[in-house]
Amino acid sequence: MRKAAIAVLGAVLALFAGTSFYRSRHLREPVVPGPGVSRVVKLGDYFAPIRGTVNDANVYVLEGKEPGGTILLLGGTHPEEPAGRLAAWIFTENAVLTRGRILVILSANRSATTATRLGGAYPPDFTIPTAWGGQMFRMGDRWSNPLDQWPDPEVYLHYPTRQELAYVDIRNLNRAFPGRPNGTLTEQTCFAITELIRREKVDIEIDFHEAELQYPVISTIVAHEKGADLAAAASMFISSLEGFSIGVENSPKALRGLSHREIGDATDAISLLLEAPEPFLDATRGRTNRELLLTGKDEFVVRAGKRGLLFEKIDEKGWPIDVRVGRHTSTVLQLLEIWSADHADKAVDVTGVPRYGEVIQKGTGAFLKDPKTVDPAKLYFE
Amino acid sequence: MDTIVTLLYYLLTAYVAVLLVRNFLKRKNWQEEVLYILVLIPFILRLLRLK
Repeated sequence: MRKAAIAVLGAVLALFAGTSFYRSRHLREPVVPGPGVSRVVKLGDYFAPIRGTVNDANVYVLEGKEPGGTILLLGGTHPEEPAGRLAAWIFTENAVLTRGRILVILSANRSATTATRLGGAYPPDFTIPTAWGGQMFRMGDRWSNPLDQWPDPEVYLHYPTRQELAYVDIRNLNRAFPGRPNGTLTEQTCFAITELIRREKVDIEIDFHEAELQYPVISTIVAHEKGADLAAAASMFISSLEGFSIGVENSPKALRGLSHREIGDATDAISLLLEAPEPFLDATRGRTNRELLLTGKDEFVVRAGKRGLLFEKIDEKGWPIDVRVGRHTSTVLQLLEIWSADHADKAVDVTGVPRYGEVIQKGTGAFLKDPKTVDPAKLYFE
Repeated sequence: MDTIVTLLYYLLTAYVAVLLVRNFLKRKNWQEEVLYILVLIPFILRLLRLK
């Protein structure tokens, strides 16, 4: 009798936990394609083995009437850095192009959006408030879900350089570029993205990220040497015109697998990576909850700053999500303006995307479209 | 090759789950029974591909 009662207790616990994990993994995130989206294709169209897998991401193609350059925006390389996905979301739902093309992937590693960090006590999801109620997003993690790629090896050798990286980074999209056609799911996803860049003749690839304040590569554009001038010019213009400062870092040649290094080396594209500050990721943070994710306020991280342990400033105002998203949208807009001014035949002219000040003033949610107002047949889901 | 290794890991998980159930049934102390049930949960969730 006692054993039966304990077994039932265990079954109830497993049921509650399992239901929570299932709901989180299968939460549908609606996307309302904006006026600039001409078609939506799949990542699997560029590399068949990815087709039908969890990482067969939607690729939103935004096209202007006049020909020009091609830009790729990568959101969700690390889904636990949500300002990147949200900035890409704003481009997808709002951008209008007159010249050139922008390709947007909102879930570069969709598998990683379906799990949170083991032992990290992450919330399973978060909601961006909107005038129509709010839109819920999966929280996600830095690494592909072990349900999709398991086990990890004892040693991870990056392909093709054979550089030894942390074993868990075999599930890290930003340590597996340029990818391997017969590799793991993560490596195959990287290969598919690299193939997309080659076949679509992408001129600039921009990978959105966020970083903890204890990490030295923060509030910056990490640039492959092919994009160093572009990034430096954007940094100067942003610092003088947009109301915030952003630095430039050279993509290190000795650290392999990162998008800004490998995509630049393996393709003709200029590869850039944007970092915004996210106190949620700091090791010295307090409660790891939705409030911290969205407000970026944490007294323990502030205390670490007062002791000189951080590479970015923080005060009681924190680093709200709108500030982080606005940094990304403005940085992309500045990069495109400078690029278009210097490359008339490869210009990409975009309107409709809010800059830093407007995102802070109106909030990120003001630029997310209400899926209930759209014909369900025209909706996409991430 | 990766698929075979993954399959082997699922078989190992199932094997450990069976051992945990067997030990749970053999215990006489309720605290140890609770412990075995709690340890069993993540193995079940992995076998059901929930976590």
